[in-house]
Amino acid sequence: MTAPAGTPPPKFADAARAALADTQLRRNLHNATATIRERRAAAAGELPDWEELRAAGAAIKDRTLLNLDRYLEELERAVTDAGGTVHWAATAAEANRIVTRLVRATGQREVVKVKSMVTQEIGLNEALAAAGITARETDLAELIVQLGDDRPSHILVPAIHRNRAQIRELFLRAMPGAPADLTDEPAALAAAARAYLRERFLAAEVAVSGANFMVAETGTMVVLESEGNGRMCLTLPETLITVAGIEKVVPTWEDLEVFLQLLPRSSTGERMNPYTSTWTGVTPGDGPREFHLVLLDNGRTKALADEVGRAALRCIRCSACLNVCPVYERTGGHAYGSVYPGPIGAILTPQLRGVKAAQPASLPFASTLCGACTDLCPVKIDIPEILVHLRGEVVEARRHRPVPTPELALMRTAAWTMADPRRYEAALRRGTRWARLLSRGGRIRRLPGPLGKWSDARDLPAPPAQSFRAWWREREGGR
Amino acid sequence: MNSREKVLGRVRAALGPARGTPVEVPRGYRRRLAEPADRADVVALFSERVAEYRASVRHVGADEVATAVAAALWGRGAARIAVPADLPYGWLAELEGVQAVADAPPIPAGALDGMDGVVTGCAVAIAQTGTIVLDGGRGQGRRALTLVPDHHLCVVHADQIVGTVPEAVARLDPVRPLTWISGPSATSDIEMARVEGVHGPRVLEVLIVDGPLC
Repeated sequence: MTAPAGTPPPKFADAARAALADTQLRRNLHNATATIRERRAAAAGELPDWEELRAAGAAIKDRTLLNLDRYLEELERAVTDAGGTVHWAATAAEANRIVTRLVRATGQREVVKVKSMVTQEIGLNEALAAAGITARETDLAELIVQLGDDRPSHILVPAIHRNRAQIRELFLRAMPGAPADLTDEPAALAAAARAYLRERFLAAEVAVSGANFMVAETGTMVVLESEGNGRMCLTLPETLITVAGIEKVVPTWEDLEVFLQLLPRSSTGERMNPYTSTWTGVTPGDGPREFHLVLLDNGRTKALADEVGRAALRCIRCSACLNVCPVYERTGGHAYGSVYPGPIGAILTPQLRGVKAAQPASLPFASTLCGACTDLCPVKIDIPEILVHLRGEVVEARRHRPVPTPELALMRTAAWTMADPRRYEAALRRGTRWARLLSRGGRIRRLPGPLGKWSDARDLPAPPAQSFRAWWREREGGR
Repeated sequence: MNSREKVLGRVRAALGPARGTPVEVPRGYRRRLAEPADRADVVALFSERVAEYRASVRHVGADEVATAVAAALWGRGAARIAVPADLPYGWLAELEGVQAVADAPPIPAGALDGMDGVVTGCAVAIAQTGTIVLDGGRGQGRRALTLVPDHHLCVVHADQIVGTVPEAVARLDPVRPLTWISGPSATSDIEMARVEGVHGPRVLEVLIVDGPLC
């Protein structure tokens, strides 16, 4: 979710420092990501055609993106023909207005929600709350986050940063009707959530969901889940409102045969997630009588315009890249200051929000470029390539500031110095003298002033007394 | 300009000359199981994979369905169950002491919550992933029926079982509301441990009917 209004979220490096100091957090993250990494590897390794599926998945998404206008129009037609209503939202605020208006029209004050990244991205719960409508999260992890007035820290497992003891404590404190003798067994915690939400499901009149896929050809929506809260929301209420990013469309029904294999195995490391629901418009006598689809841009077309960066829109939100990322494993999701954390967040957020503000501009640097994410991305997004590309954009964006950054000032000085042999040699002579004065035993261990930050983590060999150019000149007059 | 035109216009502008570029999708993945598998292998794989989700699986002959259904319900102490109005009558022929309530007129959600279970058939089953797919067709009922009660007993005919996900996708009709079920309701939200039973049925029992349909 977004940071409180007025205070911009801290840059990644600053936010990460606090997270790194939290040993409990690091232990929770390490345990959880290690478990899921192993499961994913087994589930993907089991299929002899895994690489062919990845290649197909990437190509289907590229095909979608390069023909996005056509597929969106096709989708709109199919959904409308099936009895649904399609709405278009250029911005988060517009999407929130549409959903608020649709909920108001039903006369209801409460909606149930299926976990959805996109409604977090647009801050829908807050917008509904401002309109006097309560949005109730029904996914167990989202419930944990909502009860704890916390922020999600993982795409798939938003409460990955909490362990069972912490969750038990939270339920006892914040969940009305939680049994007093609640243990910290996951099964007992799940049972408490079941009892708490059951009445709300049975009484729910309006639900809000996201979509994992939308099939242009047929107008079919697809939601993958585990708990059954999704089925409850998609089936029991009278009105269903689905909010989805425009990149979620896939061309054909047949394409699902690829993604229904790639997503569960990459995401939870299962052969198949417990429940997948698909629906096309409305079905008389089964499920909601009214279906609304809100198609959201909110920066996606900006990413689409970037020939390198657009590959990030292939993402199917499996979160495998988070689980394998050495940076994410140590800092957790909150440090990324965005609903999309980890490697994918580091390339998606700056593209959706632009790189002018300091926070999104810090994200492309939140990586060691090790490439572990790309090795297993089910749609083969080359994350390091996009990271490097975005780093270039960040630098480019800063070039035109009235006051240059220290790094840029330094680089400009260096460029000026090196542009002229006399200036260069004079600087070299002076620099060598200073460097030798600073060295102890042939190494410089500490640089003075702000440069000390650089030498905090590394030693620098002392330069030789004479430069190659000086030596060459002395040697028989340069011949 | 309305938002529809605005978003579509932005998409077109963003793509520029690349817009409309055809992309060939390499479909070199497997559409069928790797080894030439006969019917018995496919069925065996399905029952093994379903069981791995901690769902109970039993094989019965075509003439034993009614007995097996009754035994499963007795085993769980069920007194009242919900059934789709068009469930094959024969499946419930031996239900002594268990009241089967047909979903016609539709049972309200609150009353469904009080049911001890539900018995349905399915549309397709997938061996490789241990999945059952319901499409609201004959003997399956509307979606709420198999969701609200805590116990789902699903009868799968051996010839409804296909090998892979692509085979299932090809058999299914996207216009119908589909529910793909792989094991009982579960969550991995607490320390990534898979725990059975959150909001959907906490118990899933599968009866595989070998032999011809009756």
